Amino acid sequence: MPLPPLKIVSARANDPKNVTLEGYLANGGYQGLKRAVLEMNPEDVRDQVMQASLLGRGGAGFEAGRKWSMLKKSDIRYLVINGDESEPATFKDHMLVESDPHQLVEGALIAGYAIGAARVFIFLRGEFALGFERVQNAINEAYDYGAIGRDIFGSKFSIDLVLHPGAGAYICGEETSLLESLEGKRGFPRIKPPYFPAVIGLYGKPTIVNNVETVANLPWIVKNGASSFTDLGAGRSRGTRMFALSGQVNRPGTYELEMAKNTFRDIIFDPEFGGGLRPGRSLKAIIPGGVSAPWLGPDQLDVVLGQDEVAAVGSMLGSGSIIVMDDSTCMVKAAWRISKFFARESCGQCTPCREGGSWIEKVMNRIESGAGREEDLDLLMDLCDNIVPGVSWPPQQTTICVLGPSIPSSVAVSIKMFRDEYLTHIKEGGCPYD
Amino acid sequence: MSRFTKEMETRAYELLALYPEKRSATIPLCHLAQEQNGYLTEESMVQIADLVGTTPAEVLGAASFYDMLHTEPVGKYVVGVCTNIACLLQGGEELLGHAEEKLGIATGATTDDGMFTLEDMECIAHCDHAPALQVNYRFFGPLTNDGFDTLVDDLSAGKLESEVPPHGTLSRVQRKHPIAVPLEEIVRHRRDSDAKEGERLAAKAAAEAKEGSN
Repeated sequence: MPLPPLKIVSARANDPKNVTLEGYLANGGYQGLKRAVLEMNPEDVRDQVMQASLLGRGGAGFEAGRKWSMLKKSDIRYLVINGDESEPATFKDHMLVESDPHQLVEGALIAGYAIGAARVFIFLRGEFALGFERVQNAINEAYDYGAIGRDIFGSKFSIDLVLHPGAGAYICGEETSLLESLEGKRGFPRIKPPYFPAVIGLYGKPTIVNNVETVANLPWIVKNGASSFTDLGAGRSRGTRMFALSGQVNRPGTYELEMAKNTFRDIIFDPEFGGGLRPGRSLKAIIPGGVSAPWLGPDQLDVVLGQDEVAAVGSMLGSGSIIVMDDSTCMVKAAWRISKFFARESCGQCTPCREGGSWIEKVMNRIESGAGREEDLDLLMDLCDNIVPGVSWPPQQTTICVLGPSIPSSVAVSIKMFRDEYLTHIKEGGCPYD
Repeated sequence: MSRFTKEMETRAYELLALYPEKRSATIPLCHLAQEQNGYLTEESMVQIADLVGTTPAEVLGAASFYDMLHTEPVGKYVVGVCTNIACLLQGGEELLGHAEEKLGIATGATTDDGMFTLEDMECIAHCDHAPALQVNYRFFGPLTNDGFDTLVDDLSAGKLESEVPPHGTLSRVQRKHPIAVPLEEIVRHRRDSDAKEGERLAAKAAAEAKEGSN
């Protein structure tokens, strides 16, 4: 049985008044920021976050405290909040910005104080129009309240915060691409090295890029202390995590769960959470962590939802999304749709991604539509091998960013798990599920 | 006509003032131009280039990269049906097919009366409401075919004007505050606070070293 959820970032999500300053303050809002700027030095805040073992909630799972410690000393350094949530089936940040905009603002300001940012930018996915209105309203209220601007809360700390809209491009979730976009350019990921914006980031200045959910944890951590945070979870995975459950499950939604304490079975089948599959249906596959992640089968339902635990079975916790597919789903079609997504969203800079992704989509489409040939399976694996040598996991990097190397996993894993289904498409000249 | 009106120009200068480098305002200004004209005209891209200090080609280069920026006229309502994996599993493709039939246009096209443009979208992060769609980036879902018909009829009848502003209006809430502290002042302040932090950390390290040697 899953444990009763202790909520951190979604604690106020169901209170409609919470989107206003008045409601947020009534719910204990801005106490973390007040404590930080009035009672703590920036290095104390950084120590707390380091001790909390707060793993980045964007997808890569890099420790936030360590990321901050890599920030190069410079008179001008920036903080950019990555709210460009576009990973398929990931919708936790969508929920967080709409239901608790002040928590995002407060968390961003705490991070800005901790790293001494000259200015904070919240880069929000353009398609989140309601979220944009709510966060902009929260920022307006926070300026009036004295939480942003000159000498915030009467401290000696001054900072400005700017909400910046994206304009629709999956690739801008990649942090260097996001910075290019914020500089007013096409969202082309930057060549590495330098590997981290912490060295060369926005306008060439050291920059920290943190995910929405990551900074949403900061008010709670500062208020309650790092040890309360590490009391939750296990191993490297501490605190809670927002999971976005979707697909063929009775109760899709966002669920905040203690890290590393529940399994896929818990979140999919417990009546409090996913509530199981539709009557008469059985589980065919799960896509954890975003569509870059290798799929898991029904025999892996008892894998624990923790960063290292999911990595140990050859996939990833990633963005915290979980897509459930039952036995009415065509696996070829599912894998084709994912390949179509990558083909559309490739920025086009690197050949393996631009050409490979597009050819994989064409071959997948041919099989799904009934014109496939048996040798297409080898062809697909060869294309995958050209993007990621050896089709290894985690993938070997052959391109500027990780979009390209993300393409092969769903194709390769679906061929491995459901080869017969591919062969049926080819032999019968069409999709058996149509 | 497609250059910024006086009122919009004021908003454009407010946006430009938010960034340490003007070019960062390119995308916000493109959204602003779409709010005024529904799409990005050549004339407005030339004006934006002038405002941010780059070339019209660079503005077009950026504009053509992003799905939300349109360099051709679009309908008053841009209907984007999600067909990515989570919606696909719940009938997103079928919903898009129905939308083509109901609106009488192919995906990517605009109705003759200029009311609707239909788009096939990648994941819109509304997966717990699949199959989902956006109208001018406002969320709807889960939608049945009948629900889609009602939505389109309501939009046509002007019943949803408060929920869904015309295409291009990204946010009906405007920023109220200019930048409060100039960057030069912040830089001086950070230099001082970094120096003090350095002293604190050095004192702490010295104290720890002393403790260690005792």
